[in-house]
Amino acid sequence: MIPLSGQLLNLLAAVFLLIAFAMLAQRRILSLIHLYAYQGLVLSLSTLIVAYSTHQPHLYYSMLLNFLLKVLIVPWILHRLIHRLNVQWDVETLLNIPTTMLIGLALVIFAFNLSLPIVQLAGTINRSTLGIALASVLLSFLMMITRSKAVPQVIGFLALENSLIFAATSITYGMPMMVELGIALDVLVGVFILGVFFFHIRNQFDSLELKHMEKLKDN
Amino acid sequence: MEILLLLFVPLSGGILLALFGNHRLAAELNSIISFLTLINAGFLTARIISYGPIVAFHEQFFVDPFNIFLVTLTALVAFTTSLFSRPYMRIEQHHGKLTENRLRLYHCMYQLFTFTMLLALLTNNMGILWVAMEAATLTTVLLVSLYRTPASLEAAWKYFIICGVGIAQALFGTILLYFAAEKLLGIHSSLLWTHLDKIKDRLDPTVMSVAFVFLLIGYGTKVGLAPMHNWLPDAHAEGPTPISAVLSGLLLNVALYAVVRCKILTDGALHSHFAGNLMIGFGLLSLIVAVFSLSHQKDIKRLFGYSSIEHMGLITFAFGMGGPIANFAGLLHMTVHSLTKSAIFFTVGHAAQKTRTQVMENIRGLLIQSPTVGWGLMLGSLAILGMPPFGVFASEFLILTTAMKQQPWATPLLLMALAVAFAAIFGKVQPMVFGETTAQRTPRPPALLPIFVHLSLVLMLGLFIPMYLANWYREAASLIGY
Repeated sequence: MIPLSGQLLNLLAAVFLLIAFAMLAQRRILSLIHLYAYQGLVLSLSTLIVAYSTHQPHLYYSMLLNFLLKVLIVPWILHRLIHRLNVQWDVETLLNIPTTMLIGLALVIFAFNLSLPIVQLAGTINRSTLGIALASVLLSFLMMITRSKAVPQVIGFLALENSLIFAATSITYGMPMMVELGIALDVLVGVFILGVFFFHIRNQFDSLELKHMEKLKDN
Repeated sequence: MEILLLLFVPLSGGILLALFGNHRLAAELNSIISFLTLINAGFLTARIISYGPIVAFHEQFFVDPFNIFLVTLTALVAFTTSLFSRPYMRIEQHHGKLTENRLRLYHCMYQLFTFTMLLALLTNNMGILWVAMEAATLTTVLLVSLYRTPASLEAAWKYFIICGVGIAQALFGTILLYFAAEKLLGIHSSLLWTHLDKIKDRLDPTVMSVAFVFLLIGYGTKVGLAPMHNWLPDAHAEGPTPISAVLSGLLLNVALYAVVRCKILTDGALHSHFAGNLMIGFGLLSLIVAVFSLSHQKDIKRLFGYSSIEHMGLITFAFGMGGPIANFAGLLHMTVHSLTKSAIFFTVGHAAQKTRTQVMENIRGLLIQSPTVGWGLMLGSLAILGMPPFGVFASEFLILTTAMKQQPWATPLLLMALAVAFAAIFGKVQPMVFGETTAQRTPRPPALLPIFVHLSLVLMLGLFIPMYLANWYREAASLIGY
C-alpha cells in the first residue's frame, strides 16, 4: 500500500507529464506561458509534499525558490516581453500535431525503459516519477525542435530545466542548496539576456521567425 | 586566500567595467585587471609549487596539479588577449562597427567570462562546475552578437540554443552523479570532487555509466565535439576576434577539463575502459569531420574554428586512450593549442582589419603590407599544423606513438587526418601571406607583442619543457589515470 503522499506525488507527476504534452501541442504563445507557470506550480507542490513527508528542511527553501522563480518571476518577465514585442496573440503553424504526439509517446516509452535500472536503486518515496521526469526532458527537446519561433523555443528550454529539477527531486531529495541557487541564478540571468536578445533579433529581422536565421553555412 | 582574491579580481573588474566600460581608458583598465588576475594566478601557482595541493573554504575550492596549470594558462591568455583587444577594438570602433555602449558591454562581459572560467576550474563542487559552465555560455552569447549583424545574431542564437541544450544534459548527468554518491556521502559532501574521488570505486557502475554518457554529451557540446559542433565555427566567425581567441584557446579547454574530471570518477566506478572508449570514438569522429570540412571553407575565422574542433578531437582521443604518456601528451597539447590558436586569431584579426574582409580569397599578400602580421600568420599556421620545432609537434608525436601502441587501428586515421589538415590549411594560408597585396594600413598599429610571446612560448615548449612544468604534467597525468 502506497502512503497518501506517494499517491499524491504520482498524481502530480502525471499532471506534470500531461502539461509537457499540452505544451507540445499548444500553438498560442500566451497559453504556452500559462502552461509553463502551471508546470512550475506542479513542481513546487511536489517538492512541498516531499519536504513534508521526509522532513528535509532544505527542500522547503528549494520549494520556495522554485515557486518564486518559475511561477511568478519568469512568467511575469515573459508576459512583459511578449507585450513589448507585441506577439502575445501570435499563433504558430505547427507541423503535423498527431505525428508529433506519436513521436512524444515513443519518447515516453523510451524514457521509462532507460530509467528502470536507476529507479531500482533509488530509495526515495517518489522514485517511480523519474521515468516521467526523463520523459518530460525528452518532450521538451521535441518541443524545441518542432518550434519555428524564438519565444516558444525558449519556453521549451525553460520547460527542459523544470523537468531536470523535477528529476532531481524524484531520485534524490533535491540538489544541495548552493547548487540550486546557482542554477536558479543562471535561469534568471539567461531569461534576461534572452529578453535583450529578442529585441536585437526583431530589430534586425522585423520578426521572431527562426527561418530568417538559417543562413550560416560552410560556403 | 589567494583563491578568493583570484576570483574576486575579475568579478569586481566586471562590475567596475559595467560602470566605466565606455571610458576613454577602459581598454587599458581591462588589461590592468587581467594583469592583476595573472599576478594572482602566479601567486597561487607559487603556493602550489611550495606546499602542494590545497583545499579551501569548507572544501568548496581545491587546487591540484591538473587545474593549476589550466588556471595559469587561462589567466595568461586572458591577459595577452586583453592586450590584443585594446588596439583591435579601437580600430573596429574607428571602422564604425561598434558604439560606445557596446564597448562597455564587451569589456564587462570579458571580465565576467574570465571569472566564470576560473570558477569552473577552481571549484570542488561538481554542481558549481555546471553552474559556472552555463554562466560562461551566458556571458559570451551577447559578445558573439556584439556587431548585431544578421549573421552574428544567428550565430549567437545557435550558440545559445545548442550549448544550452547540451549543458542541460550535463545537468542531468550531474544529478545522476549526485544520486550515485548521496547514499555513500550524505547530502553535504556528495558533489565535492575530492570526496567523490576517494570513494569512486564504490559508486554504482550502472548509474555512473548512464551519468557519464550524459556528462560527455553535455560538456562535449561545449568542447565542440562532433556531431554537436555546429555552433563552434559560426560563433568563432561572427563574434569579435578577441572573443574567438578566448573561446578557442580557453573555453574549450575548460569544458574538456570538466569531461576529464568526470572520466576519472567513471573509470574508478566501472573498472573498465568504457569512458575511454567513448572519448576515443567522439574524439576521432570530431577529428575526421573537422579536417574534411577545412578544405571548403571560405571564411578565415571559420577555417580556424574547424581547426579548433580538429585539435579538441585529438586531445579527447588522447585522454580517451589514457595512460601516463597519452595523458601527458593531452595536457601538453591543451597548452600549446591554446597558445598557438589564440596567437593565430590575433594575426587573423589584424589581417581581416587590414583587408576589411574575412573572405580568404580577398586577403592577399599580407607580408608586403605588414611583415610581422604575415610572418605571424605563417609561423602560427605552421605551428598548429604540427611542424617541428614547435610544441604542437611534440605533443602530436607523443599522441601518435602512443596510439601505435595502444590503438594501432586508429593510427592510419590520425595520420591521414593530420595530412588532410596540412594540405587544406597550408594551401589557404600561403597565398594569403605571399604575393600581391590587398592590405591597407589601419588607423592604429596592431598589437604584435601577444602574438610573438605566444609563439615563442610554443617554440620553447617544443624544444625544452621546464622541470616544474614537466612535473606538473606528470602528476596531473597520473591523477587522470588510465
